[in-house]
Amino acid sequence: MTGAGNDRLNRSGAFRSVRTALLLPSWLVIGVFLLVPVFLMLVFSFLTKEFRGGVIWEFSLAAYDQFIFDRGLFGDEPPTIEWTYITIFCRSILQAAVATVLCLILGFPTAYFIATRDSRHRMVWLFLVTVPYWVNLLIRTVSMKFLIRDNGPLNELLLALGAISQPLTLINTDFAVQLGLFYSYLPFMVLPVYASVERYDFSLSEAAADLYAGRWTILRRVVFPVVRPGIVAGCILVFIPSLGAFLAPDLLGGAKNFMIGSLIEEQFKGNAGNWPFGAAVAMILLSMVLIALMIHARQQSRTEVG
Amino acid sequence: MLRKLTLALAAAALMPAGMVSAEGKLSIYHWFEYIPQELLDKFSAETGIEVTMDTFDSNEAMLANLKAGKMGTYDVAVPGDYMVEIMIGEGLLDTIADGELANMDNIETQWLEVPFDPGRKHSIPYQWGSTSFSVNRDVYAGDIRTTAIVFDPPDELKGRINILDSQGEVMLLASMHLGIPQCTNDREQLKALDDLLQSAKGHWASFNSDGAKDVLVSGDAAVGMIWNGFSSKAREEGANVEYSYPREGLIVWMDNVVLLQDAPNRDNALKFMDFLLEPENVAAVTNFARYSAGVKGVVDLLEEGLKSQPEAIPPADAPAGTFIQVCDQATQEVYDAIWTRLKK
Repeated sequence: MTGAGNDRLNRSGAFRSVRTALLLPSWLVIGVFLLVPVFLMLVFSFLTKEFRGGVIWEFSLAAYDQFIFDRGLFGDEPPTIEWTYITIFCRSILQAAVATVLCLILGFPTAYFIATRDSRHRMVWLFLVTVPYWVNLLIRTVSMKFLIRDNGPLNELLLALGAISQPLTLINTDFAVQLGLFYSYLPFMVLPVYASVERYDFSLSEAAADLYAGRWTILRRVVFPVVRPGIVAGCILVFIPSLGAFLAPDLLGGAKNFMIGSLIEEQFKGNAGNWPFGAAVAMILLSMVLIALMIHARQQSRTEVG
Repeated sequence: MLRKLTLALAAAALMPAGMVSAEGKLSIYHWFEYIPQELLDKFSAETGIEVTMDTFDSNEAMLANLKAGKMGTYDVAVPGDYMVEIMIGEGLLDTIADGELANMDNIETQWLEVPFDPGRKHSIPYQWGSTSFSVNRDVYAGDIRTTAIVFDPPDELKGRINILDSQGEVMLLASMHLGIPQCTNDREQLKALDDLLQSAKGHWASFNSDGAKDVLVSGDAAVGMIWNGFSSKAREEGANVEYSYPREGLIVWMDNVVLLQDAPNRDNALKFMDFLLEPENVAAVTNFARYSAGVKGVVDLLEEGLKSQPEAIPPADAPAGTFIQVCDQATQEVYDAIWTRLKK
């Protein structure tokens, strides 16, 4: 910062360099922890794989080719479309979508409930929502496994109540995965929705009621449009981590079917040791998420302009 | 200013390794739940060496971490048999010179000359055992000495089978079931392997290695592919399970302590290896892990229950054990493709 003294007379120049200096930490953080790793991943995805992990520094499209084309078990048949990875992506998207919808169905009323409490009690309710999150995700997922297993407490309770006559098979099913994801990410829905419902001016509801709007109409035509940004933020915050999750599929789904997260993990930790392919799958996932977010951002700005 | 910084960096880079790693340390890279803490404390008390340990949950995860820049941080690791061979091939292991280990003679003769490390130049035995499957006898009373229990199960076991999430062991057991050699490059045989796994998957409930014991104890699974010592623990925890010695073949494995290349505390690593070749110390590992040691004079030091445990005493007509083989790249890539198809 030796240059700052010389610029003292030039106020805008001084301001600019101070601004640069103040922004430097955030640029460093973004650069070191975001851009450099993503760039490395991008580079690795275009390199040649080394047997048993690692890369050879030669350009190759093999990773993307493997994703798109199926050349048979031995790699010498004429290429057809590879459905394996598309299936895995669709499954992950479906699981994440179900988890997001579950979170919304339970998260919105919860957030609404908290936001309409006495301001002294809101903090207690919010605190209660976050309490489970002081426990490690792995432990919470394993606990869920204990709860829903064939002879676990949930089945025993239902049997005792006479609701079922045979234990339900919940563990190692898609439903168990969705339940795990839902439970893992529920507060990510509650908190942003709460933040926007809290700012909602309830006199708007009263005004609507005065104009003979029914309760459902008020919710749909008045409340929802106002708190929509919070709902969208919540959905994004739940959907994206669910998409890459691998703990819930492994522990609750029985690891029988790959999700995107476990497919990527396998490339680095499994026998396959195919780093470029792992990087390519990660890049494809990242691009999909980015494109979806950009479309959303564009629509958002369009509605704001309109 | 810049020059000062450069000098400081250069000085840091030039600092001899001995100054960075304080004397009297040992860094171990080990499996989870595989060594009793008391034994590490005993080693520290005897030698004054401070021990740190990181753990891994599969041979492949260990290899990936070492290759991703962890070489030079650990002194010893504990890979399985085939992984020792791979690590030698990758140049990750240092050579133990003749006479560097005082207790080398304590190794049982049958484990001195092993296919994965000829002449034991890089490794010493840690524990060995077998991999097969165990069946809950409350659920199924029939013949369990066949791999059909896993790949073509009777009705009462369908959908209640846990499989080790371990490609090598699943592929070998499946090959034994089909009666084909490991690492085959015969296309018909590889196709048959793929077909077998695709059809068997419908009968399997889950893939789980670290929970292989728990699923048997909790009753989530009635059949579980498992390592013999882990099955013995399941039985002791109350599961009515019997460990199978299938007639089609038995997988054997041996975990080994290896000296890593660029070990920061090479001398201490050798001291630790000598320590683990003392019958008394390795017996403590066996009593904890419930597998078998490869060191002479251990048997007398084992707990009573261990000497007679059915999981370590094969019936007289059990087939000889087979180690997992290291496949060449072409075959391994087909194996990988089959494994991905299995889990797609």
